[in-house]
Amino acid sequence: MLTFILRRLMLAIPTLLLISLVIFLLVDFAPGSPMSEIPLTVPPEVRQKMMAAMGADKPVMVRYVLWLRQFFIVEPQYAIDALFGTDFAQGAQRIISWQSKVPVFQIIGERLPQTLTVVGTAYLIGILIALPIGIYSAYRQYSWFDIGGTFFSTVGFSVPTFFTGNILILIFAVKLGWFPTIYDTNLRITDWESLVKMLKQMALPVTVLALFNAAEISRYTRASVLENLGQDYVRTARAKGMPERVVLLKHVLRNSLIPVVTVIALGLPTVFGGAIVTEQIFKINGIGAALIGAIHVSDLPTVQTITFIFAVLIVAFNLIADILYGILDPRIRYD
Amino acid sequence: MPDGARPVLDVRGLKTVFRTRGGDVHAVNDVSFSLQKGELLGVVGESGSGKSVTMMSLIGLLPSPPADVCGGTVMLGDTDLLTAPPEELRQIRGARIGFVFQDPMTSLNPVFNVGSQIMEPLREHMGMTKAQAEVRAVELLELVGIPDARRRLKSYPHQFSGGMRQRVMIAIALACDPDVLIADEPTTALDVTIQAQILELVKELRQKLGMAIIWITHDLGVIAGIADRVMVMYGGQVVEQGPVRAVFSAPQHPYTRALLRTIPKLHGPRDARLEAISGQPPILSAPPTSCPFRPRCPHAFDRCAAENPARRAIDGRAIGQGHDVACHWTAPAMQEVAHA
Repeated sequence: MLTFILRRLMLAIPTLLLISLVIFLLVDFAPGSPMSEIPLTVPPEVRQKMMAAMGADKPVMVRYVLWLRQFFIVEPQYAIDALFGTDFAQGAQRIISWQSKVPVFQIIGERLPQTLTVVGTAYLIGILIALPIGIYSAYRQYSWFDIGGTFFSTVGFSVPTFFTGNILILIFAVKLGWFPTIYDTNLRITDWESLVKMLKQMALPVTVLALFNAAEISRYTRASVLENLGQDYVRTARAKGMPERVVLLKHVLRNSLIPVVTVIALGLPTVFGGAIVTEQIFKINGIGAALIGAIHVSDLPTVQTITFIFAVLIVAFNLIADILYGILDPRIRYD
Repeated sequence: MPDGARPVLDVRGLKTVFRTRGGDVHAVNDVSFSLQKGELLGVVGESGSGKSVTMMSLIGLLPSPPADVCGGTVMLGDTDLLTAPPEELRQIRGARIGFVFQDPMTSLNPVFNVGSQIMEPLREHMGMTKAQAEVRAVELLELVGIPDARRRLKSYPHQFSGGMRQRVMIAIALACDPDVLIADEPTTALDVTIQAQILELVKELRQKLGMAIIWITHDLGVIAGIADRVMVMYGGQVVEQGPVRAVFSAPQHPYTRALLRTIPKLHGPRDARLEAISGQPPILSAPPTSCPFRPRCPHAFDRCAAENPARRAIDGRAIGQGHDVACHWTAPAMQEVAHA
């Protein structure tokens, strides 16, 4: 198992290097200039100097190698310094946002908690809703519950979040006025009142994302449970006189969860991507909003860094899915 | 065994219908049989003759819908299994009736170790603690001839061979000392040497533990080797039933005769092709009003089309006790047929 993890981690290095190169080049070749937001009255010589100050006038390969050095060597040093109070970095140049002129990782550090609060809660609620629905739908296949569940998951899966988000805002925020339309990032939970306020502002975005996730996961769960319900070992469990609860929630569920866990693990990083849209709709000042803002002003270092972090998450969760697979299914051996 | 001894299992007029979208299928039609204590009843018939469905109907293992066990009584001791509430039936399954299925490759749950799968019924039905159940599980594995039992408790099904897995299945079925063991083609999926080992094991266990066994198979050779009585099924009904010796030496029903002729001979010249029974077993969309074997029967006459034959005793003993057959035709002795 350990050798397997080590081997996979070693393999991840060339993969990530290639991904980083592709991201860097794609973002760099995209039209737009970091000077597009600078007023036209600023003379070209000054513009030239500003570009040089940011290092944006260097050839793309030079900037790529420098970025690699900053991402993999300098930034981890700063992270260690911040954690243990050491001084490995010794004031080395960090990845700086062209827009706000602060380190990109500082922006990420400020934005990530908002995203994790909303997206994390939504994903968790989505899973908690999806599993029982999927299991019961399969157990009572073609019942009214199943038909209703299948209908809602098809709708939830096929209607995009920017649509459901706006509909929910229209109904519950504008017409009924139950929830705020804008997410207040500065809200701190200090007492009951602020907690209620927090829950209220989280309600709509979490609902939108949770519904979408629940729709997908419940479909996978239902299909997987259905497949396993027809297996011979289920008949054996019943022939042993096990109660239906044990047959379903122990024998069938453990087998059904193997593919579902993979879907859940692989879905986590894509949720960060999917949350970009939701963050825009609900004005959540999260990492997705930071990415969109950076794209608008051609803030290349920020775009490249955040996109690459998404790539790292995908590779990491792939590995986690494989490890979980091995833990759940004794037939899988990693040597 | 003495006549009139109370049977462990007594099935009367069992009827099972599959209610499907394409119409009803009458899979089991008025099946009656009984099983004495310690007796081994062989059930034979080709695929689709209703052998497995009959046994699954007894203890509510058929998915319903589509299956509908719609008639008869199944007495296990003083309990009628067909009217017993589901919860009571569940407590009988695995405790008083053990089951071994055809395919040991898929019958065990792949993600739990065999120890936990053997211990499950022990803890459920016998109320054992984990430690007691573990001791009993080791005993059971040793009983079915699995070496190094204590260590193998932790093994998963995929770490066993087919024959070993079937031994594990037998251990599970025997865990709670059942009165009846129903073995549904337990050796069909195994190769011949392993099949022989499993047969030996069952013979030995039967002597040791004394439970009654129903052995479903389509292999007449297996029946001849281990069974006390044999029940031949066709079209969801019992066509012939009797002591193994009587049925094999003087088969009455044309179907039984045909089945016996399909066994390849090991000795003598092989000058002819292996015998086959031409045609297909029927799929009954209505309860049979004529003999289901009629289309394939060489001896069929007009009465066979008009009336489904009832079982009649041919040795003067009560039906189900001695040798009986469901056929209008009076069979001549086997030798006469051979010379005809």
